[in-house]
Amino acid sequence: MSFIALGNVPDPVARRRFLRASGLLLSGSAVALMAGRDALAARAGGAAASDVRILNTALAAELEAVAAYQVGAESGLLQKPVLDLAVTFQGHHKEHADVLAKTIHKLGGKPVAARAKYAFPTDQLKSQSDVLRFAAGLEKGAVSAYLGAVPVFDDRDLSKAAASILGDEAMHWAVLRQALGEAPVPGAFVS
Amino acid sequence: VIAALAVALALAGDAAAGAALYERCAACHSLEQDRAGPRHCGLFGRRAGSVPGFDYSDGMKRSRLVWSAESLDRFLANPDAVVPGTPMSIARVPSAAERADLIAYLRQAADPRRCRAR
Repeated sequence: MSFIALGNVPDPVARRRFLRASGLLLSGSAVALMAGRDALAARAGGAAASDVRILNTALAAELEAVAAYQVGAESGLLQKPVLDLAVTFQGHHKEHADVLAKTIHKLGGKPVAARAKYAFPTDQLKSQSDVLRFAAGLEKGAVSAYLGAVPVFDDRDLSKAAASILGDEAMHWAVLRQALGEAPVPGAFVS
Repeated sequence: VIAALAVALALAGDAAAGAALYERCAACHSLEQDRAGPRHCGLFGRRAGSVPGFDYSDGMKRSRLVWSAESLDRFLANPDAVVPGTPMSIARVPSAAERADLIAYLRQAADPRRCRAR
């Protein structure tokens, strides 16, 4: 599926249907995985503290991704339907950040806040391709980070939730690569 | 002997392969800017936890590490064992060859004569 194909879906309802059919819209299940688990609050001690540290690392990266997509959306460099896609992906990162912050609260931790300012390489963003390549780099890094996080959570349900986010961000990465004219799935494994 | 071997391995790493591996770090790190993790420009010879304005974990601030091929090799192999409580626990690099490649890349790319911290 290419951005040319997406560009041929001008109707917003049809586009939304397209995105859903493409697996680009998250269901609420990932949110329920973490935020709905009141039992998390009962956990205490070093294991929970370790999980909070990992969740906060993920939250910081998600907040940065939200800000990065905002820079991309406001750059004037993204044309529809790529712009719509970037806004959709930003929405996913917002959902990830929200559920991570709620989970950190439930575990008794303090969620990190978004920075007042991020030092993005805006001087290097001159075209739509530059923005897409920048976003693809962030998404690939996020996939690697979640891949590292999955096996080290003490709570296996947090691992499952992290894997759910990993899957979403791997899809972002693939779609961004496709938009750049690169092989969307460059290998059988991610690392 | 182990430390010497680690340094030798790091010196033998493939910087080009390390550049590709460094993309894994891009969720949290860049050479020139502080992100969820601190910038890497000027990493070698820098005391751990010392980038001005970066909010390090207490463990990193207390670590007394100075970043070198040897200390990076030990840290990347098992971050939590070297600096308990570090958020880097999610970024373990168990492969000695991959660590060598990453370190070879960082030795070049994080050289302050080649990068510019912002």
